[in-house]
Amino acid sequence: MTILDIAKRLAGREVSAVELAQDTLGKISAQRDLNAFLHVDPDLTLAEAQRADARREAGEAEGGAKPLLGVPVAHKDIFVTRDWRSTAGSKMLEHYVSPFDATVVTRLREAGMVCVGKLNCDEFAMGSSNENSAFGLVKNPWDKTRIPGGSSGGSAAAVAAGIVPAATGTDTGGSLRQPAAMCGITAIKPTYGRVSRYGMIAFASSLDQGGPMAHSAEDCALLLDAMVGFDPLDSTSLDSPEAKVPVWRVFSEQIASKCPPNGEFAGLRIGVPREFFQGVNAPTEREQSLFTHNAVSELVHLAIEAFARRGATLVDVSLPRTNLSIPTYYVISSAEASSNLSRFDGMRFGHRAKHYRDLGDMIAKSRAEGFGREVQRRILTGAYVLSHGYYDAYYLQAQRVRRLIADDFQDAFKTCDLIMGPVAPTTAWKIGEKTTDPVAMYLEDIFTLGVSLAGLPGMSVPCGFDTSNLPVGLQIIGNYFQEPAMLAAAHRYQQLTDWHLRIPVAAT
Amino acid sequence: MTWEIVIGIETHVQLATESKIFSNAPTAFGAPPNTQASVIDLALPGTLPVLNGQAVQCAIKFGLAVNAGRRDNIARRSVFARKNYFYPDLPKGYQISQFELPVVTGGSVTIYVDGTEKVVTLTRAHLEEDAGKSLHEGLDTPDVSGIDLNRAGTPLIEVVTEPDMRSAAEAVAYAKALHAIVTWIGICDGNMQEGSFRCDANVSVRRVGAPLGTRCEIKNLNSFRFMEKAINYEARRQIELIEDGGKVIQQTRLYDADRDETRAMRSKEDAMDYRYFPDPDLLPLAISDNDIAKVEAVMPELPTAMAARMVADLGLSDYDARLLTQSRATATYFFGLIEKCPGQTKLAANWITGELASQLNRDSLEIDVSPVGFIQLGNLLNRVADGTLSSKMAKEVFGYMWAGELGGDADAIIAARGLKQVCDAGAIEKIVDAVLARNEKSVAEFKSGKEKALQALVGQVMKASAGKANPGQVNDILRNKLAG
Repeated sequence: MTILDIAKRLAGREVSAVELAQDTLGKISAQRDLNAFLHVDPDLTLAEAQRADARREAGEAEGGAKPLLGVPVAHKDIFVTRDWRSTAGSKMLEHYVSPFDATVVTRLREAGMVCVGKLNCDEFAMGSSNENSAFGLVKNPWDKTRIPGGSSGGSAAAVAAGIVPAATGTDTGGSLRQPAAMCGITAIKPTYGRVSRYGMIAFASSLDQGGPMAHSAEDCALLLDAMVGFDPLDSTSLDSPEAKVPVWRVFSEQIASKCPPNGEFAGLRIGVPREFFQGVNAPTEREQSLFTHNAVSELVHLAIEAFARRGATLVDVSLPRTNLSIPTYYVISSAEASSNLSRFDGMRFGHRAKHYRDLGDMIAKSRAEGFGREVQRRILTGAYVLSHGYYDAYYLQAQRVRRLIADDFQDAFKTCDLIMGPVAPTTAWKIGEKTTDPVAMYLEDIFTLGVSLAGLPGMSVPCGFDTSNLPVGLQIIGNYFQEPAMLAAAHRYQQLTDWHLRIPVAAT
Repeated sequence: MTWEIVIGIETHVQLATESKIFSNAPTAFGAPPNTQASVIDLALPGTLPVLNGQAVQCAIKFGLAVNAGRRDNIARRSVFARKNYFYPDLPKGYQISQFELPVVTGGSVTIYVDGTEKVVTLTRAHLEEDAGKSLHEGLDTPDVSGIDLNRAGTPLIEVVTEPDMRSAAEAVAYAKALHAIVTWIGICDGNMQEGSFRCDANVSVRRVGAPLGTRCEIKNLNSFRFMEKAINYEARRQIELIEDGGKVIQQTRLYDADRDETRAMRSKEDAMDYRYFPDPDLLPLAISDNDIAKVEAVMPELPTAMAARMVADLGLSDYDARLLTQSRATATYFFGLIEKCPGQTKLAANWITGELASQLNRDSLEIDVSPVGFIQLGNLLNRVADGTLSSKMAKEVFGYMWAGELGGDADAIIAARGLKQVCDAGAIEKIVDAVLARNEKSVAEFKSGKEKALQALVGQVMKASAGKANPGQVNDILRNKLAG
């Protein structure tokens, strides 16, 4: 059920927030095998639901105000919360309780959403399969032998399985879009700086962005509207006039505008980057092989053609440095991560080793015990690319390429309004299939990394199923602040299709 | 060939802001440990830094002050960078500082040593946050170290000079001059005991004319006296080392005041790689013309400008004007004093730079806590100006005032001790006559051309008047009588 459906039932007093919360808690325990939830506390949730009902009684939702009041939500465990533990999927923070709430958590609570718990994710949001969580992997509700994608794998699985209608996630290189694609739900990573990072446990500060995950584009628009906005606690939070344009209002205006019959997308120019389909510049056979996974290519093509049949114009565009986005991303994100994760030293909070010789040994052992292998790999990579003698060749060079990648997108947007292509080269893979080959895992992010490096908004919209009945995601990329237009295009597509409404058999 | 000492100084100037540089926790000194550390200072997960605009204003003020009020040394765009290293009192595991693009580049500080003027060029000044403190003593549990994060995140500017100084005396003169500037413009409380002003000295030696030698950095010099001793010790050590055929190794050294020596802390070989990179949590610091104009509007008159005004408008000497503008407190004292005794600028200047300065120095006091305030001193100087006191008597009264006698009230002391100068010519004549009658020998000597004999007679008269006779009048009357 979508948020809008739930909101209607709440408004009509067909159901109360408490009943919804109870129902959700029931689903959480029924689908415990997914391992999507890390922390659940029924008392806290029911208390929040009671407050939501009281707010409704007090008239807060009159006249369509506060459409999210009473709607259940769950937060990725990257967002810190005062009421629940906040682990970031790491043993380092196994028992950590934050003394404050993340801005996103506060805003959604103010909007009236009822938090039903915290969601599993790759440790410190580093991963593409959710196999890097210290608290166990998450299963894909469509096929429990497969990964749900990552790093917001718990969020995607919880929404896809019908446990919650909405979840928060974070995206550093694709962590909202890729799991949404692999679990058949809708998600949007906003323009960098639109959603406050305050209270998001940092992975790579210049890339991290929070965003919503839900079934439909319309739900995402509603959630995003409640999440965005300037936050004085985050220096990179945007305060420009473009950032102040209300997402939901502009989205509503756009979807309400009249269009000719069978011409829902008339006037829309869709850029189709050839590198996303041909893999012509894939430098290695291994990268080349990713592009031959025909099911994804084909289904994404069909989706784009559906837009064209309804009036959109397709434009051939080029993002020539797509293959460079992988090394560029792993240099920059690892460099920032190596520094961001230095605060986990066992001194003030988090895991501290039991036995140690001296101070240095305590810090080293605490970190060696507290961090998982992938996190350690990124810290080492990051420390290396920042170290004396390598900084120019790696970090500075990566920053230069990052600028060029952003320029490539701006060139493409000269001839189109939105860019469309696949979210990931493949559908969900088998659990354990790529765990021993980190580079193979990194390659999975090839279509999402450029958007992150450029700070652009990107969406994942369900656009079909492969022969194994695994969902495929269509990526919609917009220019800065074009979230309403992206959501509107996705919404119109979802009016014509029902991919986003399909539910895995196990969840029914 | 003689040796030349080459010194460059780095100073950490703690900025007198109300709150920390990246959080809203207060910066007050001396609170119980860890009571002034916010979630941001503790580096709890999810926290982010937000730059304190007050700290930026302090940096702009400083830039203007060391550049004769010109704006061209203030960077319109500077960048915060992370300096990465692990230490228990460094909560984030990195210090936010500025590396490649500092907020102030260039500027200078003028110093005077033995009456010679010298200009010390500043390389840069950058904004950064302070770390916390490790406490190894005074804890209840033995063998345990404590961490106090109250200081973590306190705003600093680090001021770096070129290697321009050639003696410990020059280095100290620079440190004092810088101290005077930052306290003058009100960006630092200047309290060295509390660590508000800390210097590191880079010392090397070379034969005159030779290229720069290998330097050693002496860390955390928190008094001018220790700075002088530490530099002298270190220079001597290096010279002896080279003369004995050794080589100076680039090191960080600590000064041990108890033993008056410097000791190696760490050498360059184990220098850390700080992996500096621009902090992605903070946007580059942009400073607009408008930002600078706002600071200029509240910028106090700088000491050099004030000194020039004292020379031009009050007729003081360059030397006096410079001494009176050594600190804001001195200048305030001076202007308060001349308001109290109009027309006595020279007398006021002489007293501040003379008697008052030496008394303050003797008791190791700063002028703003002087036991004799400018109102009290003004009362005393008015008694000198109107002839009630000779300057010798005034010094005596000043001594009583300093000791707090009769609440430091000059008139009350004069009355109680009967220290009024005798200016009655008739009364003085009587004493002179008596003295002349008793000292025929001296009179004869004077008349035979021995000028010295007059001084003996003056002394006798002063003694006979218990020091109260007006010395000028005594002289005149004596000469008249002896000539007659």
